[in-house]
Order: sequence, then structure tokens, then C-alpha cells
Amino acid sequence: MSEPIIKINDVNKWFGDFQVLKNINLDVNAKQKIVVCGPSGSGKSTLIRCINRLEEHQEGKIIVDGNELNENTKNIEEIRAEVGMVFQQFNLFPHLSILDNCTLAPIWVKKMPKKKAEELALNQLEQVQIVDQAYKFPGQLSGGQQQRSAIARALCMEPKIMLFDEPTSALDPEMIKEVLDAMVNLAKGGMTMIVVTHEMGFAKEVADEVIFMDEGMIVEKNTTKEFFANPKSDRTKLFLSQIL
Amino acid sequence: MKISLSQIKSNNYITNIYLGTFLFSLSIFDVFLYSFLNINITSFLPGNLSLFFPLIIGFIGLSFLRMEYSGIKIIDNLNKHINTSNFNALLTLIIIFALLKALPPALSWMVLDANISGDTKQACTGTGACWTYIKVWFKRFMYGMYPNEMHWRINSAFILVIALGFAGYFFKENLKKYLALYYVVIYPIIAFLIIYYLISGGSFGLVWVETGAWGGLSLTFIVSFFCLIFCFPLGMILALGRRSNLPAVRYTSICYIEFWRGVPLITVLFMSSVMFPMFLPEDFFMDKLVRVIIAITLFEAAYCAEVIRGGLQALPRGQYDAAKSLGMGYWKMHIFVILPQALKLVIPGIANTFLALVKDTPLIFVVGLAEIAGMLALAKTNPKWLGFAMEGYIFAAIIFWIICYAMSKYSYNLEQKYKTER
Repeated sequence: MSEPIIKINDVNKWFGDFQVLKNINLDVNAKQKIVVCGPSGSGKSTLIRCINRLEEHQEGKIIVDGNELNENTKNIEEIRAEVGMVFQQFNLFPHLSILDNCTLAPIWVKKMPKKKAEELALNQLEQVQIVDQAYKFPGQLSGGQQQRSAIARALCMEPKIMLFDEPTSALDPEMIKEVLDAMVNLAKGGMTMIVVTHEMGFAKEVADEVIFMDEGMIVEKNTTKEFFANPKSDRTKLFLSQIL
Repeated sequence: MKISLSQIKSNNYITNIYLGTFLFSLSIFDVFLYSFLNINITSFLPGNLSLFFPLIIGFIGLSFLRMEYSGIKIIDNLNKHINTSNFNALLTLIIIFALLKALPPALSWMVLDANISGDTKQACTGTGACWTYIKVWFKRFMYGMYPNEMHWRINSAFILVIALGFAGYFFKENLKKYLALYYVVIYPIIAFLIIYYLISGGSFGLVWVETGAWGGLSLTFIVSFFCLIFCFPLGMILALGRRSNLPAVRYTSICYIEFWRGVPLITVLFMSSVMFPMFLPEDFFMDKLVRVIIAITLFEAAYCAEVIRGGLQALPRGQYDAAKSLGMGYWKMHIFVILPQALKLVIPGIANTFLALVKDTPLIFVVGLAEIAGMLALAKTNPKWLGFAMEGYIFAAIIFWIICYAMSKYSYNLEQKYKTER
């Protein structure tokens, strides 16, 4: 077994007096797909935002692809370039067309020639089936199309790891499927993924492991099959009975 | 209490339209006759009633006209915009009547009884405005004390600067990325050199004209132009500085902004021209105009900074998150993602600041530089031309209004141009 690509050791984090993350331990291997679920306010989003240091943890160790993340990390931008992220609110850049959204970072961060970046972007947009919207602005697209563009934008950086922060929570029910389909395709392609979501169907289909968080702690960490078939903790059972 | 005359309306709305139109027109006709031709057709009525007669008639007329839909375009427009309620109808009438009353005296003073011929004070024989005064002093108001035979230098410098300002529009696709660099760094330098060598002179066979002789509208333009193009980038840096995570940068920016916002511009100008040179070494010379431009720039940059900061704060945190998650550092994130959006948001605020700046330029009179308002102040005290302050100030007001209106129109166009659906 090779070294895990993400190692999280005894991570604690506080917002003021409030402890959001309590003794988090998690290893993620390359190509593994992990789904994180739990009630709102349980620290799921904070946890994955710590992985590309959009949030800073106060105690413990987070090692991403061999680089430890702390206040001394000099190459944080390089690490972030390898970790793609998709947000609940899409966060596309409204002043740029979809194509420019996708090519901006490859051109200016990875110094890719413009032609090559556009080719790559069109290719990625093709994968999520919105290549025909490439020259529109985000405001002209539906939520589902925007979220798929956001996935394409993250993929244009050719990341090793993809983080999804409740990617379908802001979408109309009928648009959820198109986004999930794009994510399933990505998973089949062998991407390392950590997905915070309430879509248990998606978890059953692609996840290798499911993590259940509550009050800042990992309550249960199990293989997908075990997690749904016979959950260990009562808290998980309660959660599953409400959500399924 | 709500006065409703709608009960009077019969089912036949055609009658209402005719009656309403007649009464409304009658009221306007009455005021028109009285104010333009001095005929009072209601003189048979007792004093107060005669005065309020058009108002009452017009009010009744408008309430007859008020209806959901008449099919007549003019009346529908009238109803939609100025005749929506009794109160609005009354306001409409009062405004129309006030305009009708004010127009004849204004017209006769400015045009009918005014003089423009001749070139001495004695030519002004009418009771109206003496535009001769403006005509005679026109060159002074435009160019200050700049020697008459050299006005072409100012004109050509301005034409060159304006032409270069438009050059950005014609940039080829592969040069577009240098556009910001051009406008922020290269253009100001070229503009400065053009103005320095053409208007100041001193080389290339051009006679040196010291800045004390510059003045009038051209000086207004020069001061406003340089202050505008310098205070904007400086304000941008200060706005970013105030939001920086580095305490040294943040507190420096806060101190700067709060200091300059706390002092009056007139004090700053005095300091720049009187106190500042005392702190300079003996042999170091800086032109008064340059000092004034620097002073106004530093002053206005503080205001610009706060306006831009407002735009930065309006952006959702997700935009920062997204940019960071794509591996962009501070500068890339701000240049490509944050500033383009924030600046678009603050166009109205920036236009506001810039308009205020242009209208603040007359203050440079206190340090002995006479732009257009300053030239007026000089001209009105000229013994040969005493007593024409009114004409001068109206002239200056019109010019300032044109400049400011053009700027505000331009800012509105920019807003429309950069509007993308969110």
C-alpha cells in the first residue's frame, strides 16, 4: 500500500470559543472516493476547506501530497493548484465567459499557452456536456449548467484531488442529476474525490468509504456497504433513518 | 382626506377626455397669457381666486383625464407619469406654472434684452445680460494669462492628449492585455511630457511660459486630468492596503485615509504652496502647479480608496475562495477576479468622486492659480468691467455643468457596457 495522498492527524479547529473540528483523523489514498455526510453545522465543509487551506486549522497535521499545511507553507498556491474544489454556490466568475472562467487559472497560474488552455477547456466542457455554452456568461446559465461549468473549471487545472462542498445543495431537484452524472463520470475516470453531500444515492454508487460527522467529530467511518447495511453507532442510524 | 372626483365621471369616458383636456389646456393657456403677454383673462374674478384659478381648473381637468386606459397615447403617457394621483397632479401643475412664470424674465434677460456686439462696456445698453463681457474676456477664461499668439500650443497639446486617450480603443487583440498598463503608467507619462514640452515650452524652439500664466478652462482641464488619472490607481492600492492581512500595510493605509479625509482641501492647498517649500532643500525647486496637483491627488485618493473598498466588500467571499482554490496568489486573484468585479460595482461612486474633484478645482485660486472660476473673479474686479459678475458666473456654471454632465453620461455608459448578468 502506497503512502496516502491526504493525511489528517488529530486536527482541531476553533472558531473563537467554538470548536468545529475535534480530533479528526483521516487518511485518503490516491483514487479513493470518500463521501462525508452529517447534519449541518457538523464541520464537514470546514474539514474539506482545511484540506486546501481555505480554512486554517490550529492543532494537528494535514499533509497533502507530501506537503504539510501550516503557517510556514510557502507553496500553498502550488498545492491548491493540485487540489480542485467545487462549491455549493458555484462561485463562477460572473464577469468572464464560461470559457474564460476555465482558461483563466491554467493560463496565469500554470503558464499554459492560451491556445492549449482553450483546447483543454473545451475538452473538459465537452466532458460535462456544456461545450455549446462556452461563450455565454455564468448569469445566462441554469444552476445545473453553472455547477457543471464549475466542475470543468476545476478540472482544467488537472488536479490530483477534487473536493466537492455540497455541490448539489443549491440546485433545483431536476438539475441535481446532471451534476451527479458528471461527478460519477469523473469518479469512474479514477479521480481522488472527497465529497460532502446529502445525496446518499451517489454515495452508494461511487463511494469507497462513507464518513459520518456530527458536532465536529467523525462518528463513523466505514466502507459504503457496511455503512448503509449495518451502521455501528446509534447516531448514524438515527441520521440514516431520517435521510433515507 | 382623500379628494376623489372620480364619482363625477360618467360612463361615457369620451366626455371626460374632452372636458379634462379642455380644462387642463385652459389652465395652461391662462398662465401662458399672463406670463408672456401680461393678459389676465380671469381679471373679473376677485383677487385670490384669480390667482388660484388656473390651479383649480387644471386640477379638475387632470382628475377628469385620470383613467385606466384611454387609447390615446399622449393621455396615457400623461396618466402614467405625471397624473397618477391627486397629489402628483397638483405637483405637476405647480411645476408647469412655475416654469411658465420663470421663463419670460429669464429669456428676456439672457436673450431678448441682452447685448453681445461691441467690445467695451459702453456697448451694453440693454437691460439684459451683457454677453459682450464674456466675448471680450473669452480667451482669458479659456487660456488664462497665456500669451495670445501661443494658444495653438495649448490646443494642440489637448488634441494630442485626447487622441492618445482614445488610442486604447484601437489596440489589436494581442496588445489588449497591456491596456491597463498603458492607461495607468504609459499614458500619464506621455500626457505629462506632451503638456510639459508643448505648454510649458523651453525647448524645441518654444518659448518658456511659466505656470503662473496658465489659467482658465485649460488649467481646469490640466489639473482635473492629472488628478483623476493619478488618484485612481493610488486609491486602488490604498483600498487593497486597508484590507490587507499585513498589519503594517493595513495601519499605514488607515492612517493615510483617515488623515486626508480629516483635513479640508483648502488647508492642504495652502500647505502645499506655503509650508511645503520651507521643508525642501534650498536648491530644490518644484513648480507650484505640480505641488497643487500632487496635493489634490493625495487628497482625492483617500476618497477614491473608500469608494473602491466599498466595492471590494460587496463581493461575496465565494469569489475569493474560488480564486484561491484555483491556485491564484494575492495579486493574480485581485487583478483577474476581484478588482474587475469590484471596480464595475463602484463606477457610480467613482464618478461621484471625480465630479466632486472637478468642481473642487476652483479652490486652487487660494494659491494664486486662476482656472476658469478664478479668472472670473479676476475679471469681475477689472475697473473697466465692473458689475458683470452675474454673466460670468452663469457662463462658468454652464461650462461646469457641461463638463460634469458629460462625465456622468460617460460613467453611465461604462456601467451599461460592463453589465453582465449575474
